[in-house]
Amino acid sequence: MSAEPTLLEVEDLVVRYPIHRGLVGSATRQPRRSVHAVEGVSLSLKRGEMLALVGESGCGKTTTAQAVLRLVDPISGSIRFDGRNLVPLGPRELRPLRRRIQVVYQDPYESLDPRFRVRAAVEEPLLIHRLGGSKSERAARVRDALVRVELSPPELYLDRYPHELSGGQRQRVAIAAALVLEPDVLVADEPVSMLDVSVRAGVLNVLDGLRSNGLAILMITHDLSTAARFAQRIAVMYLGRIVEQGPAAAVVRNPQHPYTKALLSVVPRRDPRDRTRPEILQGETPDAVAIPSGCRFHPRCPVAIERCTAEDPALAQPTSAAEGHQAACLLLPSAEH
Amino acid sequence: MPALPAPGAGTVSAPLLQIEDLHVWFDLDGRGELHAVQGVNLSLEPGERLGLVGESGCGKTTTALAIMGLLPSSASASGRILLEGQDILAGGEEAMRPHRWVDIAIVFQGAMNALNPVRTVGQQIVEALELHNRASGAAARRASGELLESVGIPAGRAARYPHELSGGMRQRSAIAMALACDPKVLIADEPTTALDVMVQAQILELLDGLCKEYGLALILVTHDLPVVSQLCNRCAVMYAGEIVERGPLEAIYHTPGHPYSRMLFAASPDLADIDEPVLSIAGAPPRLDRPIEGCPFRPRCDSAFDACGVRPRLEQLAEDHDAACHLNSRVPA
Repeated sequence: MSAEPTLLEVEDLVVRYPIHRGLVGSATRQPRRSVHAVEGVSLSLKRGEMLALVGESGCGKTTTAQAVLRLVDPISGSIRFDGRNLVPLGPRELRPLRRRIQVVYQDPYESLDPRFRVRAAVEEPLLIHRLGGSKSERAARVRDALVRVELSPPELYLDRYPHELSGGQRQRVAIAAALVLEPDVLVADEPVSMLDVSVRAGVLNVLDGLRSNGLAILMITHDLSTAARFAQRIAVMYLGRIVEQGPAAAVVRNPQHPYTKALLSVVPRRDPRDRTRPEILQGETPDAVAIPSGCRFHPRCPVAIERCTAEDPALAQPTSAAEGHQAACLLLPSAEH
Repeated sequence: MPALPAPGAGTVSAPLLQIEDLHVWFDLDGRGELHAVQGVNLSLEPGERLGLVGESGCGKTTTALAIMGLLPSSASASGRILLEGQDILAGGEEAMRPHRWVDIAIVFQGAMNALNPVRTVGQQIVEALELHNRASGAAARRASGELLESVGIPAGRAARYPHELSGGMRQRSAIAMALACDPKVLIADEPTTALDVMVQAQILELLDGLCKEYGLALILVTHDLPVVSQLCNRCAVMYAGEIVERGPLEAIYHTPGHPYSRMLFAASPDLADIDEPVLSIAGAPPRLDRPIEGCPFRPRCDSAFDACGVRPRLEQLAEDHDAACHLNSRVPA
């Protein structure tokens, strides 16, 4: 897998959403402010790899994904896909590339049109992209996509409406509608958080199978147990930055950043004897409008020192971590210095 | 765990809350009936924390609403719900009203829906206190501030409207409001489902503290078994409207008496075993608008055998541990 070239490479991505000052605000010349949603995120994804982007609401994980999908415009940074920077491209140039980067959203109850039968829902992307050739070729592609998400035999599902399907089946249909375009990258934004526990693993196993057949998956999730089990690599985001990233098992078993440690400590365990000693951070993710000085995690950090209020740490490999595992914390002796 | 009182014992030793053979039907408007709860038996002791778990549609929320007397008008219920020995179901709304919020309170998943958007959270708690004659005027305002502080909201935030608070703060306000009349039982229906992990941990810590401090008995309704493992001591697993296993959590996790409980645990990924496969329970629960033949879990079960054509009943496996599965009485061949 390491021999695989990088398929998607995001570098120094910055995305900000301006806040409208309103009429009074403009008239009184209040300063223009913006939400600093993503502040210098770099990540890479290979074929056959799942990268899980984890963090609390408002940490910028979904905005990062939307930038990769080119649904929001970055302020700066590059998004190289298959060697080409997507950021400067216009809608016309993006169109053929959009087919290759597809998305599955959290809520299959909202993402599927209730008036479309499964057949039509999965075929529609082909019609929009004018792909798939003749009607019978399209039908074959639709059936193939359903088989790949383990809705088989497809005849059982083709003529059903979304309301006749369970949540897990709907999410599989949504995945099939992405797969029918033969994408290289799939962005999965909280793909199972709306589903019942009993069927989550089924959908995740489908994604895992697609990944092992070469699909690159960027999964957005707040569930570390799922990320640990299904992703090859994990990137932990806090207030628009990646604060730790590395191989999934390394991040979970040997966390470096105090934020990652806290996040892991609050994940409930199955075994009632294995009660965690949660290290609960007080408050919620601070406002992305007023980013704290220095290390942006310092106001909630249990081990912050004076220096942390002034210096903004960069991602580096700590001496206590293996290669490919990085964290952004001033208290970690870096292997690179 | 105190033993169940002997039949005919006085009301003094009756459990705090006892549910006997609870059934709930929903009228499907001319398209028959949906038998949402099919004979639930449960008991709750003071200070006990019970997790009521199962998939969507298994009847856990309906059971909770029945206990609160908040079932919609399309529902009809039978059985007994005894609060300190007194049946609050049979007497209808009149019997229930003096106890709702006073002895039994509930917190729902979407705290936004439980709060009035045009009143500040402080005013809403004052209203609750005044409505139930707990306090009025300045005393009620003071009590409201104290309640908010007890759930971790600075009293200064009492003047905020629900939309000005974060999801976690709203859930805390809803908990404060539920506690206004000092209830003995708190039902929390998916209290953390829509929240982030860190906020979830804060709310679970709060519930844990409140139970300890006020001796509250808790019924935690959720589909999330690990959350139950961390907060509760007993658990009842529901499937297709009935309880299929109940007992101490440790017993249900380590020596499950029902394949559904075992499979539900195996379907929850765990940080301690990240290399272990995560199980998916194929299929879906049966429809509840038609009669169920045999064990309702049989089509999805990995260990079904010929006896499963007959619907199993809850049988005792050990003290305070029951399960409804024929495997437990199967004679080894």
